[in-house]
Amino acid sequence: MEKVKCECGHVNPYGTYLCESCGKPLLEDTSKLANMRYEGVARRSQTYRKTMVDKIWNFFSSVKVGIWIIVVILLASSLGTIFPQEMYIPPGQNPTVYYEQEYGILGKLYYQLGFHNLYRSWWYILLIASLGISLVICSLDRVVPLYRALKTQRVTRHEGFLKRQRLFLEVNSISNISEELTKAEKILKDRRYKVRKENGNILAEKGRFSRWGPYVNHIGLIIFLVGGMLRFFPGMYLDEYIWVREGEEEVINGTDGEYFLRNNEFIIDLYDEEEEEHYAEAIERAGGTIVRNYQTNATLLKRTNEGTVGSETELEEVKEAEIRVNQPLTFDGFSLYQVDYKLNELSTFTFRLESETVDDDLSDMEFVVNLNDPQKVYEFDNGYRIEIREYFPNFTFNENREPTTINRIPDNPAIVFEVFTPDMDPEEETGELSLIGIQMNEHLNPDGDAHDHTIRFTNAEMVDVTGLTVRKDNTLPFIIVGGIIFMIGLVQGSYWFHRRIWLQERDGILLVAGHANKNWHGLKKDFHYLSEHTEIDMPLDQTEAMTSEPDSQKGGE
Amino acid sequence: MFQLSMNMLYTAFFFFLLATIFFAVSITGKKFKNRQGQEHNRSALIGYILAVGGLVFSLTYFITRWIAVGYAPVSNMFEYTTALGIALSLAFVIIYPIYKINFLGLFTMPVAMLIIAYASLFPTEKQALIAALQSQWLTIHVITTVIGQGILAIGFAAGLLYLVRVIDFTKASKKVKGVEFIMFSLIAVLAYVLVNIGFGLADYEAVFTYVDEQENVAEMTYHVPPLIGPHEGERISDQGMDPLISTPANIRSGGVNMVVWSVLTGLMAYWLLRLVLRKPLGAVLQPIVKNVNPQLVDEISYRAIAIGFPIFTLGGLIFAMIWAQIAWTRFWGWDPKEVWALITFLFYAAYLHLRLSRGWHGEKSAWLCVVGFALIMFNLVFVNLVISGLHSYA
Repeated sequence: MEKVKCECGHVNPYGTYLCESCGKPLLEDTSKLANMRYEGVARRSQTYRKTMVDKIWNFFSSVKVGIWIIVVILLASSLGTIFPQEMYIPPGQNPTVYYEQEYGILGKLYYQLGFHNLYRSWWYILLIASLGISLVICSLDRVVPLYRALKTQRVTRHEGFLKRQRLFLEVNSISNISEELTKAEKILKDRRYKVRKENGNILAEKGRFSRWGPYVNHIGLIIFLVGGMLRFFPGMYLDEYIWVREGEEEVINGTDGEYFLRNNEFIIDLYDEEEEEHYAEAIERAGGTIVRNYQTNATLLKRTNEGTVGSETELEEVKEAEIRVNQPLTFDGFSLYQVDYKLNELSTFTFRLESETVDDDLSDMEFVVNLNDPQKVYEFDNGYRIEIREYFPNFTFNENREPTTINRIPDNPAIVFEVFTPDMDPEEETGELSLIGIQMNEHLNPDGDAHDHTIRFTNAEMVDVTGLTVRKDNTLPFIIVGGIIFMIGLVQGSYWFHRRIWLQERDGILLVAGHANKNWHGLKKDFHYLSEHTEIDMPLDQTEAMTSEPDSQKGGE
Repeated sequence: MFQLSMNMLYTAFFFFLLATIFFAVSITGKKFKNRQGQEHNRSALIGYILAVGGLVFSLTYFITRWIAVGYAPVSNMFEYTTALGIALSLAFVIIYPIYKINFLGLFTMPVAMLIIAYASLFPTEKQALIAALQSQWLTIHVITTVIGQGILAIGFAAGLLYLVRVIDFTKASKKVKGVEFIMFSLIAVLAYVLVNIGFGLADYEAVFTYVDEQENVAEMTYHVPPLIGPHEGERISDQGMDPLISTPANIRSGGVNMVVWSVLTGLMAYWLLRLVLRKPLGAVLQPIVKNVNPQLVDEISYRAIAIGFPIFTLGGLIFAMIWAQIAWTRFWGWDPKEVWALITFLFYAAYLHLRLSRGWHGEKSAWLCVVGFALIMFNLVFVNLVISGLHSYA
């Protein structure tokens, strides 16, 4: 791979199209205008095409391939919104049946193709990864040579270069060129151009740094994508959930038992049609209730290491917080978010033992069962004893028609009590058994056995339960830094423009040429201003001479 | 205050209408020449002043409504869509002085009006904000997004102008069909607005009971005649007609009915125009825009995208992620609205990369600008009203 020496003396890498220094076309090109992309530099991908590495590099360094990757990701992403993703189907639904039930044959197909979890599928992640690779290689392939070319560009350019710029004019009507050039220099400096001179020729340049915008934003995107990848590493990302009942303390999942949360009070506040008439319509439209606010007044507790081994856990209060939507509680890298609640969960039942046949004094026979942590035995002063034989917090019958519980949440509690009168021996004898639950009070002893006592349900207490998400995301710094860099690069590349104006004298003729990487309109305005204040005429836009009238447009269908 | 703000919006709408008329006059009207022989047609300047006036009134609406409701008025379909119309006029007012193309006014102002008119069909009363929306980020995220989308919509107006200017309407082709489809869509939206306003003025109301997805009996009120009725619907009001077709339970028949109405009336209006004018609508507009420099319009559309894209990205993705992290515990969760914002972002990113390659300037680029705007509207209307997700704010 020979280096190519230009007539101006500059040595260019093999494959250079426009000399990095003077712009002379070094490769055959019959088109009327110079292709100014990347200043006509030699790019690795355009030069080396032999080895496997070259081939992979060339594949990913193509903007065309990059665009295809973007388009395929775009199309794939849209597929995932046809039906809800698995994480958004109602909780407790089995996806195998849910999709078919809700959306028929299409839903079934959607599920079978794995589109219900599309964004976590191996092929989607592979697409994102190839976008990342494309970003890295595209940027590297271009930024290094582009940087070198813009650094080494000379003021005096080759005539062939100037003539093939989009904006070009030969002005031969100027009487005193050097005087006009001095005027032009001042005007351009006033318009914030950096003006360089060489042998009386002028190169005025403005906004070169905007050329780096794309590379800056690509770096930002790469950091962002790396941050997204880190989530799959253990310990980087925590997604846990806790339910805490009012008045109780719960260990915060994911904190290795170090932190606890006490729910002091749960508050919910609805919009009130009566008080706020202007909301009446909106409330009616929403079906009668709109929640204004719901919050947990909580205390964060931390385990202390002072307690001896095996002793009760010692907790110290760390801080008080009101946790609301949009106002999470943060501590030690963790965040607790208010996401859900459950109002009026049963917490205690109060029972009374009654009898119509027994003479014992049963007046003080009230007892309270804590449904979340029931006592096993209740002993009374009068010698009675009541035991809980079975407790089903969420009572149901299984397939074999046996009583069982769905879970530990007391939504439908049912209790089997055994009543021992003072003259019975709990160890030896069986007491009166009854199954008591909501709308349910049945004797369980074999028929014929005496059943003198009835346990009456007298009262229930309820609590509110708050549902909180526990989150720790160590990838956030990457996401934030990547996002900021991306945005800086985007602004840099979008709101500034790289413009150059060349003014060169050749044998009494002034060559005027201009190039902008975008916003030609702005460059033309500068030229226009120049033509108004000097004798240097507006250059012609050589593409406009080429654009034909609509009736002769050659657009392929 | 609330009523005042609505009056401001009507005033603004009227101004935009006048601006459209003056821009049209500036293009088609006679060229007055003064004694020096210079062209002397002030209509364009008046049109621009009216557009600025419309913007001022619409911003007054925005601010007074903000004061009246107590939060940034961008929280539901009416408020957001209106804001999009305002953002489009804002973008126009900013971009017009740079290029001074009257044609852009002729194409932008009607689109802004159409968006605002469409918005006014959604419930306009004050919202009771749910807890998740009570955040400063509502203001920051949504207003930034809407400004970005308004600027991107200029790209659409310029792209459409380009297509009308350069496409050969003398022989049938896919391109002609494409432009005609855009025209039809705009007419269908207009038809939708007029049908609603018409039946609204006539106080049309037909009430049905129907059986919904969960097998519950519910009630629904139609404000336009039900061509498409609800699942097992029974009319219980005296007024109204019985539907021609009933939908299955899992489809929102009211929405489908509206779509059918606007397509049918849109088609009727479109063919009526075709009958009267005897040629494609694009061909009717083409002579009006014959003095447009296609290259300049192409550059305007590109610049609109280049200016709008970073703002849209900042508002619709970056601020959106920050808020999602605060309110929904994660910055990204593949909610349909999030996904479609990403798709819009990727689409415009692809557009900006394609501008680097030869052969993608001009016509192809103009088509892309149209598709981009279609994506924005899809994400606003379809995703909010049809696809259920966290963003279903009607």
